[in-house]
Amino acid sequence: MLNMIYATEPTLTLALTTKDWLGLTYLLAAMLFYLGLKMLSKVTTARRGNLVSALGMLVAIAATFFQISGGESISLIWIVIAILIGGGGGLILAVRVPMTGMPEMIALLNGCGGIASLLVASGDYLRTSDAQLAGLPWNTLLAIGLATLIGGLTFTGSLIAYAKLAGSKFIPDAPVQFAGQKVLIAVLGLGSLALAGVLVAQPSAWYVLFLVAVLSLILGVLLVIGIGGADMPVVIALLNSYSGIAAAMAGFVLDNSALIITGALVGASGIVLTKIMCKAMNRSLMNVLFGGVGGAVAGGKGSADQGEARSFTIEDAAIVLDAARSVIIVPGYGMAVAQAQHAVKELGQQLESRSIDVKYAIHPVAGRMPGHMNVLLAEADIPYEQLQDLEQINPQFEQADVALVIGANDVTNPAARHDTASPIYGMPILDVDKARTVFVIKRSMNPGFAGIQNELYFKENTGMIFGDAKKVVTELSAELSSS
Amino acid sequence: MDPFVINIVIFVLAIALGVEVITKVPSTLHTPLMSGSNAISGITIVGALLASFSETFFAFGVVLGFLAVVFATFNVVGGYVVTNRMLEMFKSKDSK
Repeated sequence: MLNMIYATEPTLTLALTTKDWLGLTYLLAAMLFYLGLKMLSKVTTARRGNLVSALGMLVAIAATFFQISGGESISLIWIVIAILIGGGGGLILAVRVPMTGMPEMIALLNGCGGIASLLVASGDYLRTSDAQLAGLPWNTLLAIGLATLIGGLTFTGSLIAYAKLAGSKFIPDAPVQFAGQKVLIAVLGLGSLALAGVLVAQPSAWYVLFLVAVLSLILGVLLVIGIGGADMPVVIALLNSYSGIAAAMAGFVLDNSALIITGALVGASGIVLTKIMCKAMNRSLMNVLFGGVGGAVAGGKGSADQGEARSFTIEDAAIVLDAARSVIIVPGYGMAVAQAQHAVKELGQQLESRSIDVKYAIHPVAGRMPGHMNVLLAEADIPYEQLQDLEQINPQFEQADVALVIGANDVTNPAARHDTASPIYGMPILDVDKARTVFVIKRSMNPGFAGIQNELYFKENTGMIFGDAKKVVTELSAELSSS
Repeated sequence: MDPFVINIVIFVLAIALGVEVITKVPSTLHTPLMSGSNAISGITIVGALLASFSETFFAFGVVLGFLAVVFATFNVVGGYVVTNRMLEMFKSKDSK
C-alpha cells in the first residue's frame, strides 16, 4: 500500500518528511477549496471563488505529481494520456453544452466522480497482494467496500438521471415502479453492506468486492428509475452528495486527508441542498425517493366541478399587460423546455420600456435542478437582482397587476394552501393567484407533474394563453411593440 | 492516536464546516454551487494518480487506475469550466 511507498522515500534535511510536506500541501489545497466555496455565497465573488477552488485543485495535483515522479513510476506516460483524454472530453463538453442542457451535464459530472471513486478503491485493492491485504486494518477494508458501494450507485444513478433529463426514449421521465421494488432495494442495499462486512473478515476474497460493485450498480438504477422528472432537483442534489462521500471513502482507503476533507465538504453541500429542496416541496426525503409521485395520474380530476378556464388571445393579453404598472413573471420547467428564456427577456425589456416594473419569481424547485431558472435567466442577461425567491416575492403578489406564469404549474397551485386532500398540500407555493390578473402560458389543460389539475386555472382572475411558451412570449412582445 | 480515528475526526469536522458554508449560499447560485462542488469532488484524481503508481504491477488494477484518472479528470475539468461559464453570465444591473 501507499504507506510503504512513503516509507522508502528519503527524509529531507528538514525535520519534515516528504509525506509531511505532501500532507501540508493537501491542507493548503483543502483551505483553498473551503475559501472558494465561501466565495460562492455571493454573486459578486462567486466567479473568483471558482478560480480559487480550481487553484486548490492545481496545487493538489501538482503536489501529487511531484510525489509520484520522484519514485520509479512505470506508468507516468499512461497517466498523461489518461489526463489528456479525460480533460479533453470534459473541456469539450463543458464548452459546448447549452445552458438548457445543464441538468444533464451536472448528472454526468456526478456520475464521473462516483465511478472514479469506485475505480480508485477497487483498483487499489486489486493491486495489493494477498499477504498485504491480510495485514490491512478492518477500517481500510470497510472503506474499500463502502467507496465501491457508494461510488457504484452514484454512477448508475447519475446515468439514469442523465437519461431521464435528456429525454431518452428508453428511460421515461415518469417514475418506473414495480411491485416489490422497495423490498428489492432494501435487500440489495443491506446485502451489499453485509458483503462489505464479509470483505473485512475475508480480505483476499476479491469476488466479494466484485459482487459489491455489481450490486451497487444495480442499486443505483433501481433507486433513481422510480423517481419522476420534477423530483430531479432532489435527486441531483443527493447524487452530488454521494459523489462527495464516495470521494471521502476513497480518502479513507488511501489514508489521504485531501480526499477526506474535500469529499466531506462536497458531501455536506449535497446534503444541505437536498434538505432545501425537500423543504421546498414539503416532502420527506423518503417520500421523494420512494413516493413515486407523478406516476399513476389521477386524471384531470376537479376540472369538471371547477368550471371552465378562460382562454385569452395574445391581443387581449397584450392590452392588459400594457395597462399594468407591475408585472411578476413566474418561469417554470416549461420555459426551459421551450428554450424561451431569451424571448422572456425581450418581453421583460418591452414592458420595462413602458415603465412597467418587472420582477421574476423563482420557486426553489422550479425546473429540474436547484437554481435551474436562475441559470437560464442569467444566460438571457437578466440582472440577478430582478430574480426574487419565494420569501421575497410572495408578499408582493398582492400589489402586482399581472402575474405571468410561463410553464410553471404545481408550484402555483393554491390548493397547496387549503386543500388538505391535495397531494401537494403544505408545499410552499408562489401566491400568484393574489395578483390582480394572472396569465398562464401553457400548451394545454393537461395536469402538471403531480398529476393534479391546478385550481388556479379556474379562478376568475386567471386567463389562459394556450401555446408554446417561446411562441406566445415572442408574439406578446411583438404585439406590445406594435401597439 | 490511530490514523483511522484522526481521519474520522477530520471527516466529521469537514462535514460540519461544509454545512456551515453551504447554508449561506443563496438559491440564485445553487446550480453553480453544485457544479463547482462537483468539480472539487474530482479530487479523487489525487487518489487515482497515487493509486496508478505502484510497485506491484497487476494489469487489471492498472487498467482501473487509468480509467479512474480519465473519469476524475473529466470531472475536474468539466466541472470547473462549466461553473465558470455559468458564473460569467450572472450580471448585476450596474454592470450593464
